[in-house]
Amino acid sequence: MFKQVLAGVGAGALLLGLTACGGGDDSGDGGSGDGLVVGFAQVGAESAWRTANSESVKSAAEADDRIAELKFVDGQQEQEKQIEAIRNFITQQVDVIVLAPVVETGWTDVLQEAEDAGIPVVLADRGVEAADEDLYVTRLGSDFAEEGRKAGAWAVETFADDPDGTRILELQGTTGSAPANDRKSGFFEVLDAEGLNYELVDSQSGNFTAEEGKAVMETFITTHGLEGIDLLYAHNDEMGLGAIQAIEEAGFKPGEDIQIIIVDGSKAGFQAGVDGKLNYIVECNPVFGEQLMDVVVDVANGESMEKFTPVEEGVFDSTQFEAELPNRQF
Amino acid sequence: MNTYAKRLMWPVIILVALIVVNIAATGIDFIIPTVNDGRLGGAFVNILRRSAPLLLIALGMTLVIATKGIDLSVGAVYAIGAAIACQMIIEAPDQTALGLVFGAVALALVVTAVIGAWNGVMVAYFGVQPIVATLILMIAGRGIAQLITGGQIPKVQDASPFTELGRGSFLAVPLPIWIAALMLIAIALLTRKTALGMLLESVGGNPEASRLAGIRSKGITVLVYLVCSLCAGLAGLIGAANLGSADANNGGLWIELDAILAVVIGGTALLGGRFFLLGTAIGVMIIGTLDDTIINVGLSSQWQFTAKAIVVFVVALLQSPEFRGWILKPFKRQPDAPAPEPAPAEEVLAK
Repeated sequence: MFKQVLAGVGAGALLLGLTACGGGDDSGDGGSGDGLVVGFAQVGAESAWRTANSESVKSAAEADDRIAELKFVDGQQEQEKQIEAIRNFITQQVDVIVLAPVVETGWTDVLQEAEDAGIPVVLADRGVEAADEDLYVTRLGSDFAEEGRKAGAWAVETFADDPDGTRILELQGTTGSAPANDRKSGFFEVLDAEGLNYELVDSQSGNFTAEEGKAVMETFITTHGLEGIDLLYAHNDEMGLGAIQAIEEAGFKPGEDIQIIIVDGSKAGFQAGVDGKLNYIVECNPVFGEQLMDVVVDVANGESMEKFTPVEEGVFDSTQFEAELPNRQF
Repeated sequence: MNTYAKRLMWPVIILVALIVVNIAATGIDFIIPTVNDGRLGGAFVNILRRSAPLLLIALGMTLVIATKGIDLSVGAVYAIGAAIACQMIIEAPDQTALGLVFGAVALALVVTAVIGAWNGVMVAYFGVQPIVATLILMIAGRGIAQLITGGQIPKVQDASPFTELGRGSFLAVPLPIWIAALMLIAIALLTRKTALGMLLESVGGNPEASRLAGIRSKGITVLVYLVCSLCAGLAGLIGAANLGSADANNGGLWIELDAILAVVIGGTALLGGRFFLLGTAIGVMIIGTLDDTIINVGLSSQWQFTAKAIVVFVVALLQSPEFRGWILKPFKRQPDAPAPEPAPAEEVLAK
């Protein structure tokens, strides 16, 4: 513990030194050589999912002989930081830029700059708005709409016989982000298509964090009460786990008094499932580093690709939680 | 009305208006506390409980701003305090040991106090501008917190007494409310019943004149940054205890801006000098109530920032004597020149 604090302070001092020097110079390491230089603008480290994803990409790049260097930039969940990172990648003339965009909109200018510089862009995990489709080669990631549909299918199956209609609360992800938009639309697309008699009691953003998920759920409980609510649909683990705390502190039993669906499937999420506190997990698989490296190499070689390359993902109900828990990587 | 009451009038009116809107939207239950499991609950008590970390930070910020300074590093310090305590607890074999929890809390508070002292020394002795001195840690601090947690989110067991700091209660009132209220009273007594408050305002008004008058302005400057950072660390502990985890990236994100906003809404000018602790507390309640209001009146998440901006805009305008004079002009028979009074409005807008 003390060592870590010391390491932290030491690294902080180092950082200060760098800041004082007015930025380093990364010139000179251009694209050519015996491997690809890849720039990866990651969202941040906002969840265990993201950390596992970053680890997977970093270790896959290290193990892969075709990749000379991975320049990893943590966007700290800010679009401005990611845009700045991409501009730096362009200046440094990397071979391929990988971007996991924080939000869907506002990428046109910087992606155009990358195209003008002749650097292909691959999107990882999240997508950008359709108008910018020509500005990237392919998106490797989860099909968020499909995840929403899987969650919706379970809700339809579970509540088909509910005579007085299914009352639903929804905790959305970051406003404007692709997973929030698609998980919502996919979910309600299935509910509408199957003709489930439901009412969306309230739907607010918990920004994908436990803190805001818990705060919003507390307000839901005081505003609407929990008595008539059948289902909580949380767009990720962290928010769902925060909401579970809020439900318990209000004196209700999560998983029994209110059924809960979460998307992601981290260790903590599965543990809550094993404890009977939630009912259904739609997996969103972060361990796609190796698959990403294959895509990057293909893109650098100029091979033509589909606009979307899906990552393989499963679903788990209460009978499967215990068996699956040891397999979780994040 | 004395100046103090005058300064508080507009923030109080806004707060009451927000509460009325909420009651209109969700019924009188909004303001009436409920009891479950021997702990007070209900919408408004929840707001107060969730606002406790922000109040702690805003109180420290009020003192710093009174000395004509600013502390941008409080959000990062919040994350560091949370990270140190949670990491120390999860690395121990028995997370429920009371001694361990006290040790973790003490270590976190000592480290955050040292960070604050460092900020203060930079400002007071090295003459670095406060915004620059604290900006350094605002940027580097979250990195330090991440290094402490190893990039993970450490999760403390629910059984650990540490979580009581955020979820527990004493005499039915949630502990975070106790802590924040006691801090408010302690700082108010220290600054209003001793000469400290006057010295602070004097240092903020004119540091050189204060020094010539025999006030140790440098020592006082270091002290306020230390207290501010300590408050931020304590806020981080409450936030982490509430969730049972420390998120180095998102814990206390942008809380420095909310804290500055609360201070300014409360009537303390960024120019230093006079400060209003009670005004800050009301500013914090306005910000806390706003988030709930957006949900209660059924606005979608996309409206969150816009609604906040509109309320801040209205508060800023109402606090400007020039604006009030201009609005009331057509209704006045004798155009008295409004008494010139330093207006905090420009600072709010500038932020």
